[in-house]
Amino acid sequence: MSTPRYYQPEIETMSIDEMKALQSEKLVKQVRHIYDNVPYYRAKMERKGVTPDDIHGIEDLHKLPFITKDDLRDQYPKGFLAVPQSECVRIQSTSGTTGRRVVAFYTQHDVDLWEDCCARAIMAVGGTNEDVCQVAYGYGLFTGGPGLNGGSHKVGCLTLPMSSGNTERQIQFMMDLEASILCCTPSYAAYLGESLKERGYKPEDNKLKAGIFGAEPWTEEMRRDIEKSLGIKAYDIYGLTEISGPGVSFECEAQAGMHINEDHFLPEIIDPDTEEVLPEGEKGELVFTCLDKEAFPMVRYRTRDICVLTREKCSCGRTLIRMRKPMGRSDDMLIIRGVNVFPSQIETVLLQEGYAPNYLIEVDRVNNTDTLDIYVELTEDQFSDTVKAVTAAEKALAGAIKTMLGINPAVHLVAPKTIARSEGKAVRVKDKRKLHD
Amino acid sequence: MALKQISVFVANQTGSLEKLVNILAEAGVDMRAMSIADTQEFGIMRMIVKGNTKACEALRNAGYLVNVSHVTAVEIPDEPGGLAKVVSILASHGVNIEYTYAFMTRSHGKACVVFRVEDNEAAESILAQNGIDTLSHLVAEDAPL
Ligand SMILES: [Zn+2]
Repeated sequence: MSTPRYYQPEIETMSIDEMKALQSEKLVKQVRHIYDNVPYYRAKMERKGVTPDDIHGIEDLHKLPFITKDDLRDQYPKGFLAVPQSECVRIQSTSGTTGRRVVAFYTQHDVDLWEDCCARAIMAVGGTNEDVCQVAYGYGLFTGGPGLNGGSHKVGCLTLPMSSGNTERQIQFMMDLEASILCCTPSYAAYLGESLKERGYKPEDNKLKAGIFGAEPWTEEMRRDIEKSLGIKAYDIYGLTEISGPGVSFECEAQAGMHINEDHFLPEIIDPDTEEVLPEGEKGELVFTCLDKEAFPMVRYRTRDICVLTREKCSCGRTLIRMRKPMGRSDDMLIIRGVNVFPSQIETVLLQEGYAPNYLIEVDRVNNTDTLDIYVELTEDQFSDTVKAVTAAEKALAGAIKTMLGINPAVHLVAPKTIARSEGKAVRVKDKRKLHD
Repeated sequence: MALKQISVFVANQTGSLEKLVNILAEAGVDMRAMSIADTQEFGIMRMIVKGNTKACEALRNAGYLVNVSHVTAVEIPDEPGGLAKVVSILASHGVNIEYTYAFMTRSHGKACVVFRVEDNEAAESILAQNGIDTLSHLVAEDAPL
């Protein structure tokens, strides 16, 4: 293993006390800034009975109101703009798959700090000015391309601004210019690996050593596949347009969770239902406060991503807090008998057990106890001529789901194609308890 | 040799049996025997047909889950306690009967019984040793019943 190198060692290896002091100092200023310049958020604070004078440091963060995606939709496009537009140099935008898109504004200072974060990510995977960095994320409104492009410049890599698609050209530049770091979505990395193989290249034929992959969920299995097919180490990166873009957190050589750039983005984990702040190590919704962004300063922005934070010491020497890969979305989360359940967990078990991922989850409350019924389509492999075999398959599946969730479901195997498939997003959850509220 | 039996998974809903038998009728499948095992939620329809391949194809095309297994069929001796005799022979040799159902042969109007056992070959040889014939001739798809 090479010696760890940091883009901003004074920040990345800062003691926790120093970091907390720095965060507190920045937070006090930021709250004043948003209160003075975003009337919508000021009104929210007033409704909560809190003023900037009540915020003395990060210990007071919990007093502040949250910002949700609904707030951003409501205030589209400029309601959260906190500086005169003349001070802004850039916008980026989300893909807007659900309703109205989010438009985020950046001053030059905001662009700089975002690119610094991406530079930290590139150096964390061993990037130096000797490297050739192929950026195959989309450029444009999407933050992926611009973010890593900026980070690559800051590290001093030779930057190949490829943008996404055009696999033929990607491979030509990768080979001819001897790209050593690849930045793209994990699915595109996997696709590039396959495409290289189809063209007769072996993993050792390319000069790549590392990849920085994010912007979509991916599994450890995908990581191993990509590492094998490209002959590289594959690293995760996390971010969201509302907070800045990729580089909110990044993986280091330890590949054990992503370090959050917490000098800029202060994380919290909350219970998505009660909105209580949870202690370190507990699973809940990730919330970010931008500590020094000027144009679009999100304070307590609810990401809807469910994850866990840890301050455990990392072998790379960075002291920045780490987050686990998000485990799901709080929008989908169900609390059944006090246990957090994500439909994606059930889906994982179904695939492991040889079922198609067509299912319906029905939650109800009978005699003050939550019930969990899962309807799954039977396949020919699990079907025989006896009732016993079907009920045994139901029991086996229920057991596997119990191992995953910690609670016992009632599994009902049903005939194929009887679970309704709707256009677009599948309706997978029926929570009948809500009808009684 | 054992007899082929087709099992189909059916939802426990009004009209599902009607739909299924119509599919078989349209495919020109001649049903010789059938029985339904059901629970509150689903049923398994088991049948002996003439034209197994045709039946399976028509059912699978209509989206049904189909299983083909083997069963042992015997003609019941035409005497009081005929069925009891067959069952006790199997039981005394430790053959476990999962389920059973009866049907009539068309040509001589005799009662036949289907037994679902673990090992058809073993069951058949036990029955043969005790002078009871199994309906092996039913295996031939077009054998007259
Ligand atoms: Zn680390």
